Amino acid sequence: MSETSSATACTNGPAVIRAENLGLTFPTGDGDIVALSDVNLTIEKGDFVSFIGPSGCGKTTFLRTIADLEKPTSGTLSVNGMSPEEARKARAYGYVFQAAALYPWRTIEKNIALPLEIMGHSAGEQAERVKRTMELVNLSGFEKKYPWQLSGGMQQRASIARALSFDADLLLMDEPFGALDEIVRDHLNSELLKLWARTEKTICFVTHSIPEAVYLSTRIVVMSPRPGRVTDIIESTLPRDRPLDIRETPEFLAIAARVREGLRAGHSYEEGSV
Amino acid sequence: MNRTSLTTMQFALALLASGAAALGLVFSLPDPGSVPLLTVFFALGAAAMVRLIRPINLWFDGALMLLGAVALLLALPQTGAMPAHFWWALVASWAFAWLFVERLSAAIRAGHLPETGTGLVIPVIFGLALLVAWEVITRGANVPPVLLPPPSAIGARFMAETNILWADFVQTFIKSVLPGYAIGCLAGLAVAIAVDRSPFLKAGVMPIGNFMSALPIIGIAPIMVMWFGFDWQSKAAVVVAMTFFPMLVNTVAGLNAASAIERDLMHTYAANNWQTLMKLRLPAAGPFIFNALKINSTLALIGAIVAEFFGTPIVGMGFRISTGVGRLAIDLVWAEIAVAAVAGSAFYGVIALIERGVTFWHPSVRGGRA
Repeated sequence: MSETSSATACTNGPAVIRAENLGLTFPTGDGDIVALSDVNLTIEKGDFVSFIGPSGCGKTTFLRTIADLEKPTSGTLSVNGMSPEEARKARAYGYVFQAAALYPWRTIEKNIALPLEIMGHSAGEQAERVKRTMELVNLSGFEKKYPWQLSGGMQQRASIARALSFDADLLLMDEPFGALDEIVRDHLNSELLKLWARTEKTICFVTHSIPEAVYLSTRIVVMSPRPGRVTDIIESTLPRDRPLDIRETPEFLAIAARVREGLRAGHSYEEGSV
Repeated sequence: MNRTSLTTMQFALALLASGAAALGLVFSLPDPGSVPLLTVFFALGAAAMVRLIRPINLWFDGALMLLGAVALLLALPQTGAMPAHFWWALVASWAFAWLFVERLSAAIRAGHLPETGTGLVIPVIFGLALLVAWEVITRGANVPPVLLPPPSAIGARFMAETNILWADFVQTFIKSVLPGYAIGCLAGLAVAIAVDRSPFLKAGVMPIGNFMSALPIIGIAPIMVMWFGFDWQSKAAVVVAMTFFPMLVNTVAGLNAASAIERDLMHTYAANNWQTLMKLRLPAAGPFIFNALKINSTLALIGAIVAEFFGTPIVGMGFRISTGVGRLAIDLVWAEIAVAAVAGSAFYGVIALIERGVTFWHPSVRGGRA
């Protein structure tokens, strides 16, 4: 663990995200809640990094901090070499939420065009980008449908298309497939890998599913709760080209076992402390 | 269930209807043939008792209902109370109407009849049955017209006084209600958006709005007349005061209706306040705003009519109602009430139609899940 984190910390390459001693404390009437404590992490361009851990471990909070939806209370965090706020204003990332959050009064194509409208793209460019991203997520033919006319999986694909439409290099995904059934999830996972290979984006992916994390990631960040902190960073040895049945190989299972071990270690710590 | 597939309720209604018809036939015997159509209705109604042996088509009940109503209206004496057995005809045809509507709605529910078209028949029958009962009771029981005129008298007065009614409608609805409604709703919407942006305004304006909504309209109407004169301007001012607050409160609530994720999304795009308002919060507030528009459509008419009680040129629905009561021209008052009811319903209906078009996406309109 220390080996991997120090190795990435020393790299002076084009770090997309660099967190140093990052901490975030929510003050509540019931006393402070430490959501993140002493997080050190560097994410390189083109990485697919999964954050895994039990609920309350701060994985979503960390993602929201990168997105400037939460402000850290200690340490430093840079996104593309800028502060998170500057990065947000520069439209450095696309964010996919747990729920699709498509606006029900807009058709699918208008939903995908929403960020383009806000960012002031011309009508012609909007149409061209909407068409391209809808093809990318296999939604062509559903342009004129309303979100509530689509299945949950298709809605989530549309929300991914919306995050991709303005072509930010960084994609932040917060349990995007958490509410979907296993079959749809498998399908979307393999599509996401293809999409990642094609677009060469950097992806931060929050999940609570071990197979999903191992299948998708080049690196897996294992987190544990109270206070939210990183307990292990696992470099995946799997090849970048991953068919779905790679999940039965010994290599895959070995990584999954290490993730599980890391989660268990964090968990027993939690039980000991509570 | 060999009671010819009627429910207990329908069976009881059928017994009541045929029983009343049979009693009517018996009581009309001393004076047979004086009103042939009514005797036919009594005989057929009593004969409908055969449903104990074999089922009767629901449209036959409908025909009996119609026959009873027509026979009764034709038989009503021009003056004086009606003979006692007429009341049995009223009970019988009312029971047949109820039975018919019961069976009709059951048939629509079961899918034997299409929903469109037949669904409208039921409220129409209900309304007509009320009018027939009103006519028969007021004329049959010799109710003084000052207390309650029969609908036929109101209708006749309506036709004779269309000029007055139209002038009153223009004065009250076109000149007072519509401008007041538009100004009040737009002002409420604009202030709500301002309040939403400024915590200072929220602290300052909302209590004043609350206070305004608590003002009794009876109290402010005469003051508005002193401020804005006798003509429609003072009525429009009352309407503004009445419609402003529902719009303000509903819009303020509606602007907070967008979910946290939907707002976070706008934040991740670095959208400015105006963009967030126009592309997210105002559309999300749509159902709330239309709610206020619908509430206000009826409030506005009430406000304008009541305001006219406190001084007005010699035209207007409220003026006509207050002077009509004084002159005991009660049928004209009822005609004005009918105009107000129709205008108010139509106004509400138009707003509701627009709402269906604009907030088509809301689960309450499209009838789906959230």
